[in-house]
Amino acid sequence: MSRIVQTPAAAGPVTTSRDRRGRVAPERWAAWGFLVPITLYLAVFHAYPLYRNVELSLRDYTVRSFVQGDAPFTGFANYLKVFGDATFWPALWHTAVFTAVSLAFQFSLGLALALFFVNNFRLSAVLRALFLVPWLLPLIVSASTWAWMLNSDSGVVNAVLGVVGLGPVNWLTSPDWSLWSVIIANVWIGVPFNLVVLYSGLQAINPAVYEAAALDGASGWQRFWRVTFPLLRPVSAITLLLGLVYTLKVFDIIWIMTKGGPSGSSTTFATWSYRLGFGNLVPSFGPGAAVGNLLIVTALGFGLLYVRVQRRREAA
Amino acid sequence: MRTPRRVWKTLVGTALTAVMLFPVYWMVNVSFTRDRDMRKSPPSWFPADPTLEGYRAVLDQQLPYLGTSLVVGLGTVAVTLAVAAPAAYSLARLRPPGGGVLSFLLLIAQMVPGIIMAMGFYAMYLNLGVLNTLPGLIVADSTLAVPFAVLILTAFMSGVPQELLHAARVDGAGAVRTFWSIVLPVSRNAIITVSLFAFLWAWSDFIFASTLAGGGDHQPITLGIYRYIGNNNQQWNAIMATAVVASIPAAVLLVIAQRYVTAGVTAGAVKD
Repeated sequence: MSRIVQTPAAAGPVTTSRDRRGRVAPERWAAWGFLVPITLYLAVFHAYPLYRNVELSLRDYTVRSFVQGDAPFTGFANYLKVFGDATFWPALWHTAVFTAVSLAFQFSLGLALALFFVNNFRLSAVLRALFLVPWLLPLIVSASTWAWMLNSDSGVVNAVLGVVGLGPVNWLTSPDWSLWSVIIANVWIGVPFNLVVLYSGLQAINPAVYEAAALDGASGWQRFWRVTFPLLRPVSAITLLLGLVYTLKVFDIIWIMTKGGPSGSSTTFATWSYRLGFGNLVPSFGPGAAVGNLLIVTALGFGLLYVRVQRRREAA
Repeated sequence: MRTPRRVWKTLVGTALTAVMLFPVYWMVNVSFTRDRDMRKSPPSWFPADPTLEGYRAVLDQQLPYLGTSLVVGLGTVAVTLAVAAPAAYSLARLRPPGGGVLSFLLLIAQMVPGIIMAMGFYAMYLNLGVLNTLPGLIVADSTLAVPFAVLILTAFMSGVPQELLHAARVDGAGAVRTFWSIVLPVSRNAIITVSLFAFLWAWSDFIFASTLAGGGDHQPITLGIYRYIGNNNQQWNAIMATAVVASIPAAVLLVIAQRYVTAGVTAGAVKD
């Protein structure tokens, strides 16, 4: 699930901060006063859980020491354990494939639909609104619906494939197909977001540019590659970067559809982390937190890149 | 010349939408399918002999889950607004030093994967003894919405006309009074947008529910569905009927508040 927000640009009048004797003006106290709840909130409910996660990953926790809080400090032992685990490379590969393929399809389908919808026609607003449905549905709803549609024996997908003489494919139960199944569901969920964002990006392009291109005798295809695509590049970059950050953390769909299986064939870092921490009878919180932290480092790396691109756009 | 082309576009657009929404149709179709027809091959494209078994199961078994989700959703909206609205007012209008850093942290906070937050919260709640409690789940769910809410409300409150605030000040209103009687009422649309999303995300949350409320008496609807799927005798009409009912908030949102939804999706990605 993705959502985006920019940092509001700071501008406008600033109240005088200090009077001649260096006292802080009442406005400033008020300004800070209004920020007390959010500051406490961020510290207690964002920063502290993150800190606990780092702490978990650096100690050797058992269920007992988890409750009592006296687990011995083991440095990077959990990380080494994770790197050496047989699941590590497959999970890394699955995460990369899941993210790259999902993004490629979400973006290109979203862009194609945005181009289709950009010139208004009868019902276009209604249809565009309906396209938002997959994005708004609870993930458990989408995931369980897809799970039943992809059922090997009774699923509608195999029924349709059977009509044209293909299949049946064991979508969720064969290691060759499980990753593709969750990718299909994830693309379905992600298309609306790409459509809506790219659509508003297209609308921001000045129509005069198209008229000029048309006067110069550019064909429709040329107009797209030479005019639309370059002008849409900043919005595309932001859509893709955010998509990346949000696809990396996809957990619900995969866990509900396949639990990362069969035999780990659709395990990504997110589902692996969950399985280590919560999916077994004997939880391994330390390694689970370590996997989670690897994920967060990757996500934040791309997240900072996004902030940079967005800032540069605002400055331009 | 133009008219036939436009009709053609409407037809293609309708067809594309139909393909896109097919899974939603299928969910509804299966929710009305009788157990004995469930494994039929090929499956029926329409509920030829519709049954309400699935919905009866929802009424019999899922009402407590739905009630919990409703409470959690409303609680999340309350917590989100209480924390986010004052912060947004300060960032947008009072501009304290350090505000930029705070906005940046909020942006980053949105990108943290849920599984990491869940593990951190689990450790914290275990020590505090608030695992499997409603307030615990509400607070955890609100972390999904608070950063988004602050950023949206800040963007909106920055646009409130300066004259309005100036007039309030001339009349002798302090910061608190201005916030409560002027800025909040004027920001109604942004507050609606934020509340709708906060509710929807809390309603849809699975990862916090399964880690922080999975063993308690109060479980939300996402866990209700998850338990259904986990049953050995998977009753797909009951599962899909629950899914249909769980989708109602999303549908309501889209029908009554479509422009707020679009505003929420695109907020900030594209300059107005």
